[in-house]
Amino acid sequence: MGEDIRYRRERIDRGIKARTDTIYFLSNFRDILYLLLPRVLPVALLLLLPFLLKGGYWEKVLFYSCIFALLALSWDFMASVGLVSLGQALFFGVGAYISGGLNHYFKMPLSLTLPIATLGGAFLCTILLVSVLRLRGVYFSMVTLILPLLFAHLIETLNILGGTHGLLSLRPFPSSWVAIYLAIFAVVFCLFGFRKLINEDFGLVLRGIRDDDRVVMAGGINIYWYKAQAIFIAGAVGCFAGALMTHYYQFVGRSAFALDYTILPLAGAVLGGPGSFAGATIGTFILVPLSEVLRALGGLRMALYGIILIAALVSLPEGLFHYITRKYHQFERDVRI
Amino acid sequence: MEILIYGITNSITLALMAIGFSLTFGISGLPNFAHGAFYLLGGILTWIFIHQLGLPFFFSAILSILVVGVLGFILYWGLMLRLRGLAINEVIATLAAAIVIIEVLRYLGFSGFTYVLPEFVKGSIPIGNVWLDYQRIILVGIGIALIIFLYLFTHRTRIGLAFRAIAQNERTAISLGIDSDWTAALSLAFGSALAVIAGLAILPLGSIDTEMGYDILIYALAVGIVGGLESVPGIVLASFILGFAQILVATFFKAQWLTVITLAAIIFILAIKPSGIFGKYKELEERV
Amino acid sequence: MQDEVILKVQNLTKQFGGVVAVEDVSFELRRGEFLGVIGPNGSGKTTLINLITGFVKPTSGKVIFQGKDITGKPPYQIAGYGISRSFQMVRAFHKLPAFKNLIVPLYSPRVKRLGGGKYGERDDVAINLLDDLGFERDSFVPYKVAGSLPHGYLKRLDLARCMALRPELLILDELFSGMAMSEVAATLPMIEKFNREGITIMMVEHRLKELFRVASRVLVMNFGRKIAEGPPKEAMAKEEVQKAYLGTEVEG
Repeated sequence: MGEDIRYRRERIDRGIKARTDTIYFLSNFRDILYLLLPRVLPVALLLLLPFLLKGGYWEKVLFYSCIFALLALSWDFMASVGLVSLGQALFFGVGAYISGGLNHYFKMPLSLTLPIATLGGAFLCTILLVSVLRLRGVYFSMVTLILPLLFAHLIETLNILGGTHGLLSLRPFPSSWVAIYLAIFAVVFCLFGFRKLINEDFGLVLRGIRDDDRVVMAGGINIYWYKAQAIFIAGAVGCFAGALMTHYYQFVGRSAFALDYTILPLAGAVLGGPGSFAGATIGTFILVPLSEVLRALGGLRMALYGIILIAALVSLPEGLFHYITRKYHQFERDVRI
Repeated sequence: MEILIYGITNSITLALMAIGFSLTFGISGLPNFAHGAFYLLGGILTWIFIHQLGLPFFFSAILSILVVGVLGFILYWGLMLRLRGLAINEVIATLAAAIVIIEVLRYLGFSGFTYVLPEFVKGSIPIGNVWLDYQRIILVGIGIALIIFLYLFTHRTRIGLAFRAIAQNERTAISLGIDSDWTAALSLAFGSALAVIAGLAILPLGSIDTEMGYDILIYALAVGIVGGLESVPGIVLASFILGFAQILVATFFKAQWLTVITLAAIIFILAIKPSGIFGKYKELEERV
Repeated sequence: MQDEVILKVQNLTKQFGGVVAVEDVSFELRRGEFLGVIGPNGSGKTTLINLITGFVKPTSGKVIFQGKDITGKPPYQIAGYGISRSFQMVRAFHKLPAFKNLIVPLYSPRVKRLGGGKYGERDDVAINLLDDLGFERDSFVPYKVAGSLPHGYLKRLDLARCMALRPELLILDELFSGMAMSEVAATLPMIEKFNREGITIMMVEHRLKELFRVASRVLVMNFGRKIAEGPPKEAMAKEEVQKAYLGTEVEG
């Protein structure tokens, strides 16, 4: 009864991270594991998944997840330059139609259509958007929203590129392994590549443009040139996703410009937490399988994405990823008072 | 003559579609991407009121304008207020709201020939050598009346002046005792109600299709981008440019070229004057 | 060398709607000079800077820098020619560490052309620059997030950002506003040192006492017009200037 020792629970937000942030020489095995585990484990799992799923329905879902993750990454990259796009479908559709068209009309093999669609598509999208770069904020979003919808109208009314029927019986991938691993490697490459790039000097300039474009201009940097570069990079990723999907489906139609390819990556990125790239990936890898489970809902799925978007914006504005990282680095201990 | 008449009706139709969006954006800087969804919702609500509840047309129309107006108001207090100031999130949230409304309506199957709104007055009269139905004449009348009303409203009434004050300088307006949230919510409500009025005037010319929810938004944005988003004269001018261009193309080429013209106009305008013909969206011309 | 005209402003005018913010201002600036620009609030000093640096396009008039017409050119191009400006209100990338703020100008084509700041070296260059301006290298200050630094440091960070561009003409917009006396006293010699090293300086300032100690010439503005120009004492002695400053204490 005599001892009057009380404890208070204390929560430390950046436990081991605080120790490892500035220390470059890690000798402690636990610390190495602590840092590596969250990076290596998901990647390893992603690479193993095609073996575990052994083809079939869920492999398809995995492939879709990768495609949407690519689009979400591309959205997130643009958002980190302050360009809020509402038209990832533009990139997707342009990539899809270029690779489909080249394959259909010129009988080009995949090894040619994929790179041409990626680079050519990115170039085309950059040209289309370059005039809007002068304007900030909402204006850019509006233009990106209507461009893909207008393109879909255009193809339908002019009856070009297969019109409403689309281009059929395109060349498939040599095997589904190629397709799925191409997609997975692209996701992993973009995820870690973007995370690295945004912390490089080039990335600092891009983030600077988002935070305060005047200071960047006063620093003698042509912000439009850098924004165009950012769009080119994001466009390449989006177009690559479109081209992959085209050959996977062996079909490309107006649906490539559909709102789905805008809203799902957007919902994924917002749910996962914009700005970290990992968040966008996690978000889509949650949403796409979820929407497959909810296939029974049919058309209501789009509405569901809308609801998820709103809910995520209101209740979890930082996003899942930031929440998870915070919890991962957090630990609690008892302190004597 | 034909071109003139169809051009005018087409232009006024476009202006009607765009004006609600532009009003909200001009006042509170809120891009109401749910504009098209409200247009659609207004039409369908009116249909429900008439056919399911058996209310008279005029009463149903007023009721659905009110309901959607209130919905716009709720959208602001329930959602936008929490996200205010973050342009990204405002855009995403209204677009999400639009998708929820449109897709739910689509799921419920409000599409097709059964869903037709009654015309105000049936029949048509000849003007020159063109037979013009009364509905289109009324539509032109409503359009012109709305534009004049809006002008008077924003320049003469108390709320209208508060609207313009907020649009010009929010902080100063707040310090002079204008509640910016209240006016922003009202502007969203007004914009939504205008969307329904446009719908009631335009929808009787065809049947209701849920796809319209997106199409109307595209047209509103296209007109806004060409004319300058927040400027009413810009909207009117842009509607006439786009409206006549479309009709000219449709008469001399093919009707399919309509969207091509819209797209071309947008890209052309963006290339020469990104902020639109009357746009005051300043690129750099602000005080540092 | 001393006599070379580096900046020539001819009949510069800017109207905002019906308001004339800058009206028919002309002056010349020689290489290595230290020009002070003074005037009551709202007399168009900041607009003048914005006009020179391209942030605002002039209604009429010309700006000639090193023999090149730079009127109406975009700000990044003008910065690239070697005019660096600070901002009156603190502008920094608040989420980045202080030294990372300097990466942006160090990344610019101008600095690349001048052969400074290659890949991987920019961090060192940035920290050296900050060290010169009183952010001690061995302390934690240069590594702290800019948003957490006090106002005086942010002002000096802005100055460091200007210097990172290796300017030939440095335009400072009320650098000392909001700084403590001791900070002003510490910063002033640094600016003098830059001037001695050959950088032309144009400084808008309200702290006349400090300004007159360093400026060889002043330009007085009121209601958008230039009302006097010359050595500080002569300029301040003018009747019009006295009128504009009536109620404030005038040195000399």
